[in-house]
Amino acid sequence: MSESVEVERLVKVYGSLRAVDTIDFTVRSGEVFSFLGPNGAGKSTTVEILEGLRRRTSGSVRVLGEDPWSSLDRIKRRIGVVPQDFHFFPTITPREGLRLYARLFDRRVDPDELLARVELLDKADARYDSLSGGQHQKVGVALALVNDPEICFLDEPTTGLDPRARRSVWEVIRRLRKEGRTVFLTTHYLDEAQQLSDRIAIIKRGKLIATGAPDELIAVFGRPARLRIVGEAALADRLRERGHAVTPDNGGLEVELRSKAEAVEILDAVASSGLRWQSFSTKSDTLEDVFIRLVGGARDEGNGPSVAEARP
Amino acid sequence: MNPRRVLVYFPTFARGYLRNPLGLFMSLIFPVILILIFGAVFSSSGTSPVPLAVENLDQNSPASVGFLAALNATGAVTVNLVSPTVGNLSDYLAHHSLSAGLVIPAGFDAAVAQHLPVQLTVYTNPASGGEAGIVLGAVEGVTNGLNLRLANGTPIVTSVSLTVGSPLYRYIDFLIPGLIGFSVLVSPMFSMVNIGSTWKRDKLFRQLSLTPLTRGEWLTATLLWYVLLAVVSAGLLVLVGGLAFGAHVTLTLLSLPLLVVGPILFVALGLLAGSVSSTPETAGVIGNIITFPMMFLSGTFFPVSLFPSWLVPVAKVLPLYYVVDGLNGAMVYDNPSAVYSDILIVVILAVGLAVAATRFFRWRED
Ligand SMILES: Nc1ncnc2c1ncn2[C@@H]1O[C@H](COP(=O)(O)OP(=O)(O)O)[C@@H](O)[C@H]1O
Ligand SMILES: [Mg+2]
Repeated sequence: MSESVEVERLVKVYGSLRAVDTIDFTVRSGEVFSFLGPNGAGKSTTVEILEGLRRRTSGSVRVLGEDPWSSLDRIKRRIGVVPQDFHFFPTITPREGLRLYARLFDRRVDPDELLARVELLDKADARYDSLSGGQHQKVGVALALVNDPEICFLDEPTTGLDPRARRSVWEVIRRLRKEGRTVFLTTHYLDEAQQLSDRIAIIKRGKLIATGAPDELIAVFGRPARLRIVGEAALADRLRERGHAVTPDNGGLEVELRSKAEAVEILDAVASSGLRWQSFSTKSDTLEDVFIRLVGGARDEGNGPSVAEARP
Repeated sequence: MNPRRVLVYFPTFARGYLRNPLGLFMSLIFPVILILIFGAVFSSSGTSPVPLAVENLDQNSPASVGFLAALNATGAVTVNLVSPTVGNLSDYLAHHSLSAGLVIPAGFDAAVAQHLPVQLTVYTNPASGGEAGIVLGAVEGVTNGLNLRLANGTPIVTSVSLTVGSPLYRYIDFLIPGLIGFSVLVSPMFSMVNIGSTWKRDKLFRQLSLTPLTRGEWLTATLLWYVLLAVVSAGLLVLVGGLAFGAHVTLTLLSLPLLVVGPILFVALGLLAGSVSSTPETAGVIGNIITFPMMFLSGTFFPVSLFPSWLVPVAKVLPLYYVVDGLNGAMVYDNPSAVYSDILIVVILAVGLAVAATRFFRWRED
């Protein structure tokens, strides 16, 4: 099957809040698909519906061809889940936890091999409550892999981790992809989505506002490339007279480039104007620019660029 | 329900419990400490036998002599025969400042031989407190033994106590079923309230729901653990009570249903309290409000028969009362019919609470 997850017109209502508001998307087998959005956007709600842990209000959801809520018994043997705020039994050790899961799933799994995969072998016999946040997360990932899942759901796996721990979780995700598993990732870190994902869906207040590969998102939602010129203020009028779209930009001006040839034309005009100029450069949107434009204000939170929902 | 998964999960739950020293202390060690303390305090006052004036109107008949010998052999009383010519024994007792007396009626031997009802008369002085209980207990014990031998427990010989006095057995004999009840209550309640609330907060039930383990399997493994704890605790208390204080209690087969259904009842109650609470702090408060009155007012440390009459109805609405009452019946009195009704009540309460608990104890969210 080429589609691991198919979601159509999914709605989840809590009381009077439409936490997930009529969303559609598909996740292709073998890709890393990221749900990117600010806190409270509806990411966890959606993921938990996909995992069969939460009942949907309406819409249709297929995970590996099944309805996860009604077929949880079958589905849970084929998916791996690391929930947001993963917690485990405080006095249990990682090795014991993995052995328990292996027996419950009735699978022959070497706990040490799984622990080695998430780089936690040295803590195999430490009580869970003595481990750090990053190590907790790794226990969660190792547990999610016991049943050799076809899809892994990771809900904000790096939130609150230090940069080193984040990178090591990223490595695990890359390895999952290499092993041919589908990965459904939620995050509010832009760099994380950009670096890991084949495709990204941006969610805001329960609605999907954009879906596509990082490059596609920039192409579709980014502004055209711009030429930035720092020089005399009179340059702006001179260029406007010639029909270019000019906007002032602190200490300089920006001219929108509708074609490559336009850049040469503009520089020509600047050179022949006799006015003074110091520097020029071209600018195009990054995913972050796209994201800020789509979602609202930006805020740097912890480890990377992230986005806060703009309050209405 | 897959029994294999119940057995796979069981050791994990047990290990989690055993790694928390407080749980183990409350369920196994604390009741033993209590029995040692209470036993030591109360047995020191009852060491010397109480003098018992006996008027034997069935002069030297084999049955009456045998009965008195058995009574003497309990060590609880010393039989002092008084002449049958003294007339009214209660006047004699008053005249000689004695606090306890027994009248064996004429024809006792014949009645016993023919299995006909016959009644003993016991006089005690309520003012002498503990002694009255010891005397009544000794007479009752020997009478029961005799009835058992005569007619398989059908009461032939009965005694009538002419003063109101209810403690028929030694305090330690009550204390053991009471403390078993304490353990049956406390070990599931304290940990299930905590588990129900903190596991919900930490989403540990959600975590388990991602494995093939079902809610029913989890609950079965958990119940198995608390039943095991209750049985071990009961064995331990009977052993310590017997060895340290010579308590006359036995773990009869009849006490087993209570040691199984009792923990189930309190697992359900604890889980219910933990599940309905929004935070572990609230759960702790609710748990204590439920547990503490039950701990003291169900006949655990003191027999309910010693309670002031206004407190008795309070005891009778507490589920633990029926567990303790049943355990007393099964382990001390050997009174099966009373135990059956206690078992029935405990089963009904357990089923009701289990149904209520499963309504609130959810693994998945809507
Ligand atoms: N169980 C719940 N009951 C009521 N509201 C909820 C519940 N869970 C989440 N919400 C609300 O739904 C919205 C989406 O939450 P969530 O899916 O957790 O977002 P995200 O994971 O993107 O941060 C938030 O406004 C949140 O407060
Ligand atoms: Mg979330």
